[in-house]
Parts: sequence; C-alpha cells; structure tokens
Amino acid sequence: MAAAPIARSFLQVAATEEVATPLRVVQIEGLVMLKIIKHCKEFSPALVTGQLLGLDVGSVLEVTNCFPFPIREEDEEVEADGANYQLEMMRCLREVNVDNNTVGWYQSTLMGSFQTVELIETFMNYQENIRRCVCIIYDPSRSSQGVLAFKALKLSDSFMELYKTNNFTGEKLREKNLSWVDIFEEIPIKVSNSALISAFMTGLEDDTPVTQCDYDRLQLSTNPFLERSAEFLIECMDDLSMEQQKFQFYHRNLSRQQSQQQTWLQKRRAENMARKAAGDEPLPEEDPSNPIFKPIPEPSRLDSFLITNQISNFCNQINGVAGQNFSRLYLMKALHEN
Amino acid sequence: MATGEQTVLQFAPTASSTTLSAKVHPLVVFNICDCYVRRPDQAERVIGTLLGSVLPDGTVDIRNSYAVPHNESSDQVALDIDYHHNMLLSHQKVNPKEVIVGWYSTGLGVSGGSALIHDFYAREVSNPVHLTVDTGFRMGAPAIKAYVSVNLSLGDIQLAAQFQEIPLDLRMIEAERIGFDILKTTMVDKLPSDLEGMEASMQRLLALIDDVYKYVDDVVQGVTAPDNSVGRFISEVVASLPKLSPAVLDNLVNDNMQDHLLLLYLSSITRTQLSIAEKLNTAAQII
Repeated sequence: MAAAPIARSFLQVAATEEVATPLRVVQIEGLVMLKIIKHCKEFSPALVTGQLLGLDVGSVLEVTNCFPFPIREEDEEVEADGANYQLEMMRCLREVNVDNNTVGWYQSTLMGSFQTVELIETFMNYQENIRRCVCIIYDPSRSSQGVLAFKALKLSDSFMELYKTNNFTGEKLREKNLSWVDIFEEIPIKVSNSALISAFMTGLEDDTPVTQCDYDRLQLSTNPFLERSAEFLIECMDDLSMEQQKFQFYHRNLSRQQSQQQTWLQKRRAENMARKAAGDEPLPEEDPSNPIFKPIPEPSRLDSFLITNQISNFCNQINGVAGQNFSRLYLMKALHEN
Repeated sequence: MATGEQTVLQFAPTASSTTLSAKVHPLVVFNICDCYVRRPDQAERVIGTLLGSVLPDGTVDIRNSYAVPHNESSDQVALDIDYHHNMLLSHQKVNPKEVIVGWYSTGLGVSGGSALIHDFYAREVSNPVHLTVDTGFRMGAPAIKAYVSVNLSLGDIQLAAQFQEIPLDLRMIEAERIGFDILKTTMVDKLPSDLEGMEASMQRLLALIDDVYKYVDDVVQGVTAPDNSVGRFISEVVASLPKLSPAVLDNLVNDNMQDHLLLLYLSSITRTQLSIAEKLNTAAQII
C-alpha cells in the first residue's frame, strides 16, 4: 500500500528538473593558453577572436582546445564562409579525437576596454545554444609587462533575464537590485596540463634561474602604459558625462511636462467649475490627445553601465601597475644605496 | 661499400645542407603531445604536418602544427591527404603566411615508412623538415630531433634517402613568458596576480644576488679559483648602475612615487564618482 520512500515513480523523476550546478572554475589547458597568446600576439593591435572547445563537467568548465577565427572583412558573402570554416574545423578536429563541444569563445582586447554591447549580444547568442558558455579575454599589452592577463567572464543570470526584456529603466533595476557590478561575473581560472607535456617541459626547461618573465616584470619603464590607460580613462569619463547629460535632459523634460500637465489640469478644473455653475456637463479631466500627456521614454541605462564597467577596469589596471611600480622603485633605491 | 669503376656513391649536394637549422616554438611541442595523448587506440604513433615559414637566413621557423589521421601497417602507410589539405586551407584562412615546412612523427628514430611519408611531403614543399618527438622517453629524457633528407644516388640511380640530423633550436621564450611553473605542473590552482608575480621575480633576483656575493667572497678568500670572464661580467653589471648622486636619485625616486600616488588618487576619486553617479541614476523619482 505505502510505496517504499526511496522508490519514486518514473513520472516523478522525469518531472524533477536537474538543477544546474553553478559554474565555479574554468580549467584551461596550457596548450589553449599558448594558442591564444600566439594568435592574439600575431595580430595585435587588431582584435581577434576564436572558438573554445572543451567539456562541461559539474561545476568545472574544462577548455581543452581552441581554434582561431579568420579576420572578417566587412563583406556579406563572408557570413557563409565563416560558418563553413567553423564546421570544417570542428569536423577535422573531431577526427583526431579533440573534444568537439563548443564551450565559448575568446577574444583579445586592447588595454582592457572590452565591455561593449557586442560582447553582450554575442553572449546572448551563445547562451541560446549552449547551457554554459564562457568568454576568455586576453590582453597582450598587459602581458608585455609580465602579468598573465587572462580573464574568464560570463554574464550573470539576473542580467540576462533583464536583457531579454530589454527594459533598463530605473525602477526595473531597483526591483532586481541590479547595479553595474552585476553585469559580468569573473570566474577564477585554473591551469591544467597533461602528464606527458609536464614531463616534456620539465625536461626541456633551461637551467637559467631567471626567465624572460622576470625581465618583463622588473622593467622600470611603464610610463607609456600608464599614459595610455589614463588617456582611455579620460575618454571614458567623457562618454560617461554625456550619458549623464542625457539623463539630466530627460529629467528636465519630465519635470517640465509634469508642470505643464498640472497647469492644464488646473485650467480644466477652473473651466469645470464655471461650467457647473452654468449647469453644463463637466469636461473630462484627462485628454489623451494632448501632446503634453505623451509619456517620454526613459533612456536606457545599459550604455552607462558598460562605460562604468570599463572605467572601473581601467582604474584597477592603473592600481595594479602603480603598485608594481612602487616595489620596483624601492628596489632601485635599495640597489643604489648598496 | 662496393663501388663500380665509374659510378661513385655520391651525396646530392644541397646548397643549404650545411647551414640549415630549425627553430621550434613551444606551441608545436604542446600540440604534438596533445595529439599523442588523444590518438586512437590502435595507432602507435601520431603523424602530422608542420607549419611555419622559412626565414631569410635559411632557418626554418616552425610555428604551428596539426595532426593528420593515418593508417600504418608493417610495410604500408596510408595518410589522409584530403584531411591534410582541408586543415591546411583552414589554417591558411587565419594566417596566410604559415606554409608547410615539414612533418612530424612521435617515436624515436626514423623508420621505413617515414621515407615514404617524407617523399609525399617533399612533393608539397622543397626540402621538408622531419621532426621526431620521442614521447616514450626511450633515452630517459625528452628528445626532439629534426632531420632533412638527403638523396643517396649511385650515378643516375636513386639508392636511398638518408636522414641527416640538423641543429634544432627550441625557442622557449613564449613558454618563459607564461612562466614554467604554470606549464610544468599538472594543475595550477590560480593564476598569479600582479603582486604575487612581482614577489616571485624579486625573490629570484635576491637569490641571484646572494649567489654572486657568495662567489665573490669565495674568490676573495681563495676558496674558488677566480674566473676572469665572470669577474668582468660582474664589474660590468656593477658599473651599469647610473652614477647619480644620492640627492639626485632621491629626487628622481620621489618624483616617480608622487606621480604614481597621483594616479592612485585619481583612480580612487573616479571610483567614488562612479558610485555616486550610479546612486543618482537609479534613485527613485520623486514626482
């Protein structure tokens, strides 16, 4: 009569949805890092993209291989070519037993200014087909300073839902408690290597105690990088102030419209009193055909959020480089004193 | 070796055989190992194409590679040529400057089947380079060797092809950039942040300076024999510090520090501005 508590009917099991474990870590292979670095460096300063292949295992997203995309000219026929190239590459890679699963894409960036609307759109496109996708950003200009500038990003879920409704007004954002920090989520990166390649690297490593990486890190001349960062920062602040002005304009228009509505309403009311005194029908207190009642659209806040993200990124970069420079300056001072 | 009176065993002279050398980028090694790990179960070795370019001084620069499926039995080798061409076209769409420069195979030494494959590649490009990567570590250490083939002919008759080893230069600079610690171990939990990286580099520098100190002390005390070239290097290094009076140096360092402090201050102000702007933008409207 009473079913055993462990056994559930098939229907019940089929009905319970699998809860997706949240993505906690992106595991990249050393091979993928080398490939991305090579591709981005060859074409810098042009920005390039490529596809990531790998496996989605629980809370870890493994990226095991990647291939670059050719640079697209602004040509209509190239659309089909691009898709063909992708299919061809994936087919060929499958024949040599490479994981055939797209898990995202990578792109190079210049000075960390990658938060654009295109990025969000690409994310949404990928998200339709793949449940979990990630975007890896590599900055070759920062890597010339000895910092390995890899970042794994994904859009936060709440932001994605909001984007689908395409409604970025103030109330909606307050409702969801969404601010500019919530758009992108950065996921920590782990690097893994197969045992064979780690054996090779261990055997092939030169015995020098100092590597190129150290040379890059201990360089004193970082001023050009700081100057460019500051320039970009200034440009972004200009953009941000333009967005602010749009808001001010909107608010001014809104308040002006409000006051116009009030005066019109009062006039109507006065008219109505007069008409009541004269015994006529009172006129309606609303008039939708009057242009002053037309609701003004509120400007979308998406752009300002993206710009804010960029600015904070630049600030972080400047902080990082300045911190490094302090250490270098102290080092130089100590060397001289000796 | 028996030779006739008139026919002489001769090596076909290749103009660049004396100066040909090859440079390999670490990405190629990674690719080859990855393909070897993923090979189908019945295959003993992996064969693939090498892409790169020939530098103006004759060195072959090997930059990229891809595996080509093949079937190998005791005396026959079948290579999937269509696949090879398709991959080549795809790769050239991204980077048209990379052309075929040779081929690779895993496993030590050159076998009979390799000569046939080498012929095939010789039809695609003149003087292909054959790279062998010993994944079995038969010599107890990783061995990567490069060969070119030289034709042995007796008069007009082709006898054999001899694989001559050419010097190979492993350009590990890109690997060094990432840092060998990340590439050596099987799992790295976190990419080092800027300051951690600085710390590591400075510790290495400190260790080097300690070593130099110890060496100089030993030489002064007569424990180690002095080496003139090392002494010259050390004096060069010490002399390369610019001669600035302490006051000038202090000024220089302080100026730089103030510049950086200014930038830090600017970025903190910007951050504050951002948070204020955000509060204003999403504040509730009081109508």
